[in-house]
Amino acid sequence: MNAKDWPLWEVFIRSKQGLDHKHAGSLHAADAQMAIESARDVYTRRMEGVSIWVVESAHIHASSPDDAGALFEPANDKVYRHPTFYDLPEEVKHM
Amino acid sequence: MNHQHLFEYVLQLADNANVLSHRLGQWCGHGPVIEQDIAMTNLALDLIGQARNLYQYAATIEGKGRTEDDMAYLRDGWDFYNLLLTELPNGDFGKTVARQFLYDTYALLFYSELKNSPNEMLAAIAEKSLKETAYHYRWSSEWVIRLGDGTEESHRKMQEGLNEVWRYTDEIFQPVEREKILIAAGVLPDLAALKPQWEEKVRAVIEEATLSLPEAAGMQYGGKTGRHTEALGYILAEMQYMQRAYPGLEW
Repeated sequence: MNAKDWPLWEVFIRSKQGLDHKHAGSLHAADAQMAIESARDVYTRRMEGVSIWVVESAHIHASSPDDAGALFEPANDKVYRHPTFYDLPEEVKHM
Repeated sequence: MNHQHLFEYVLQLADNANVLSHRLGQWCGHGPVIEQDIAMTNLALDLIGQARNLYQYAATIEGKGRTEDDMAYLRDGWDFYNLLLTELPNGDFGKTVARQFLYDTYALLFYSELKNSPNEMLAAIAEKSLKETAYHYRWSSEWVIRLGDGTEESHRKMQEGLNEVWRYTDEIFQPVEREKILIAAGVLPDLAALKPQWEEKVRAVIEEATLSLPEAAGMQYGGKTGRHTEALGYILAEMQYMQRAYPGLEW
């Protein structure tokens, strides 16, 4: 048995009802069931979770760090996209 | 029924959990993969928790001022009443899984009954242990099926593991004197009645795993009365060394 033969899985844990699942880490497992059970042992030992999602890492498509400039930087100079850009009239309350 | 019977019986349950926990703990750093390394030490920690509750209760019953630590670290092998099954050497992963599966199946059925005991302390400990045991059973039965219904090699090793530990399973269900007395007093569930349920559950998993039920030959007994295999001495030497060499040491 060799972990290298098992695919990598990403683990997402929901810590409380109503909150989002958050990425907790990754682990090796032969299939989804084993991944969930291992995730329980590896990432929820101190009762951190109420729900576990696992997904094979290979199924995650990520943006390339090289594209970061093109993807994210143009947002920097468009200050009007942020609500703080606008002055609120006095009459508008509770914003 | 007197205090001595109940005291020894509670020790018996505590020793099962303690000794099996020690065995599982020996996998720490040696698991086949890190995820299973962690899984086995998790089981070990659950069992330590069960053992502590039971040792504390035993110390209370005895009423001589001994503590849970005295029970675990300062008793000799012949005063340990754990099942032979729990002290068997780990062997390979298949054998460890076989031992765990056969024990968990029993523990699951047993605690489900014990939680109805009129002895409130035992009932409470059983209730608490039951959730943990349900997970242990899920882990071990899952691995029996995976390995049994896996590759040719994993199938062979799983079958060999079952064959090796099988002769230590009948001891679970053969009541010794103190158990007979506690069963008659209604404190304990009838062990003999648990056996067919255990067999049925075990058989179902073994069949799903495409394995065969080992032959019931040469059954071994003695753990519950303090007659152990040589393996227990090594476990206690390791477990008790610190307190024996440096009495009262704390850290």
